[in-house]
Amino acid sequence: MTAAIDVDHVSFAYGDQPVLRDVSMTVEEGRFVGLIGPNGSGKTTLMKIMLGLQRPDSGAVRLFDVPADRFSEGTRLGYVAQHAKASDGRMPMSVREVVTMGRYAHAGVRRLADRDRQIVEEALEQVGIDDLAERNVNRLSGGQQQRTFIARALASEADLLALDEPTVGVDAESKETFYGLLDELNDAGITIVMIEHDIGVITEHADEIACLNEELYAHCETSRFLETDALERAFSSARIARPDRTVSAD
Amino acid sequence: MAIEILQQRPAVTRATLGGLLAVVIVGTFIYWAFPIAFDAFWGTTCTAIGSWLVCSTFLQHGFTTGILVGIAAPLVGAYVVNRQMALIGEALAHTAFAGVAIGLVVGASIEWANYPLVFALAAAILSAIGLQYLAVKTDAYGDVPLAIILTGGFAIGVAVISYGEGIAFGRELHSYLFGNILFVPFENVQLMVALTLVVLGMVALSHKQLLFITFDREAAQLARINVWFYDMVLIVVTALVVVAAMQIMGAILVAAMLVIPVAAAMQVAGSFNRGLLLAIVFGEAAVLGGIFASYYLDIASGAAIVIVAMLIYFAAVLGTR
Repeated sequence: MTAAIDVDHVSFAYGDQPVLRDVSMTVEEGRFVGLIGPNGSGKTTLMKIMLGLQRPDSGAVRLFDVPADRFSEGTRLGYVAQHAKASDGRMPMSVREVVTMGRYAHAGVRRLADRDRQIVEEALEQVGIDDLAERNVNRLSGGQQQRTFIARALASEADLLALDEPTVGVDAESKETFYGLLDELNDAGITIVMIEHDIGVITEHADEIACLNEELYAHCETSRFLETDALERAFSSARIARPDRTVSAD
Repeated sequence: MAIEILQQRPAVTRATLGGLLAVVIVGTFIYWAFPIAFDAFWGTTCTAIGSWLVCSTFLQHGFTTGILVGIAAPLVGAYVVNRQMALIGEALAHTAFAGVAIGLVVGASIEWANYPLVFALAAAILSAIGLQYLAVKTDAYGDVPLAIILTGGFAIGVAVISYGEGIAFGRELHSYLFGNILFVPFENVQLMVALTLVVLGMVALSHKQLLFITFDREAAQLARINVWFYDMVLIVVTALVVVAAMQIMGAILVAAMLVIPVAAAMQVAGSFNRGLLLAIVFGEAAVLGGIFASYYLDIASGAAIVIVAMLIYFAAVLGTR
């Protein structure tokens, strides 16, 4: 098995505020990795660095064995950002338009082909929002919006899906269906990295868990992780070392 | 980036050849075919309707320019407005005005350089590139760089005019400031056609990328779309539209055509593409309604167009409540 993501001794700071310190971890292809840690522990930053959206101050990141900043197959990456509600909800976009964006990088400057449109329809069906295709995405519920963004990643035929707290503001029932969908995608061979607050959810769905708080406290199989005290150490160090940290710092 | 471009050499060669071919075709069309088509169209319309409104050469020029502005401005505005860059047109128009001022002063002493709109075009494109640089440098499309370029550009224009005080600018300067439907010389109509074709071509080629970046910048970056390059494309296209529309809207009012029809359309539409088409429909309604209002009520054309556009916007807001 090869590595989808390889993070090698990565450090990052905003000004003189350290965010990540010497983090190394590998995400093998086809795995479902949960990324947990207290608020402000650098989870989102690490995810962005993994995807090549941000450059680390030191260290190196490889995506599918290519340095992340030179990785050009953008269509292989799917990212659903925290509160993925792009354009702050004022720009009218139909669900189908959003999902079709998944094909844009494939098409370049040429027109979309029938095959592109077919893939979009399949992605809409796969996440169960084909009946919402003509609706304005800004008028949908949080869960439906998240499905739209997942469908976009599917339409781009991504084989790596990075999700940053995808179910914040989503009702419990939709959450269940959503995680069911992720399990299906993972079974189909898509690598998933997910930041999630709900440790119960993570332990139920993820194969591996990485616990982060500036440094990587543990990264191992879910079953083994529960036996370690990494969680306690990561969260307590947050409280003791940085009582003044704001909640939304990540 | 240079390495990437070299690696894509066949694509670059094709794009360059395609671009040159497009320039030749557009150029030939505008110099040879367009005047014939123009005369044929308005000749027929004039014979059919027989009103002064369509038979006057002045108004024929004005209508043609107006209709083209009504297409190009809302088209580009749709991306600009949804990126919260609504005032960028205003800033570019004010620097374009500085270009006009320089052009008028130069043109007054050098006969063959008497094309103020070409100077306006150069000034607008230069300031577009400058704005892009400031936006990257200051890390946001904040309104501070906009305010600086806007007022700074206008200041240069005023300075140049006061410097060349001996020259009688008169009506020409006034028409660039406030717009005048009756003052569009035929070569400016031709320039307008060229600009519209260039804008349509560029948007047709880059619509997908522009839309992606507008809606979700980070995801576009992730898809490894060259965000910087397409930002530049959009801002340069905006500069072209602003200069084109300046003749009938005036430097001070030109941004309205980029913003108001789009704002009205986005209020009503449920998808971007429908919003885009509707914005062009609203733009045309504002231009034609404005020109008629300007003629019957004897008010400035630019102002009339903006007022009609504003009425459409209010109707759209009230209609969706």
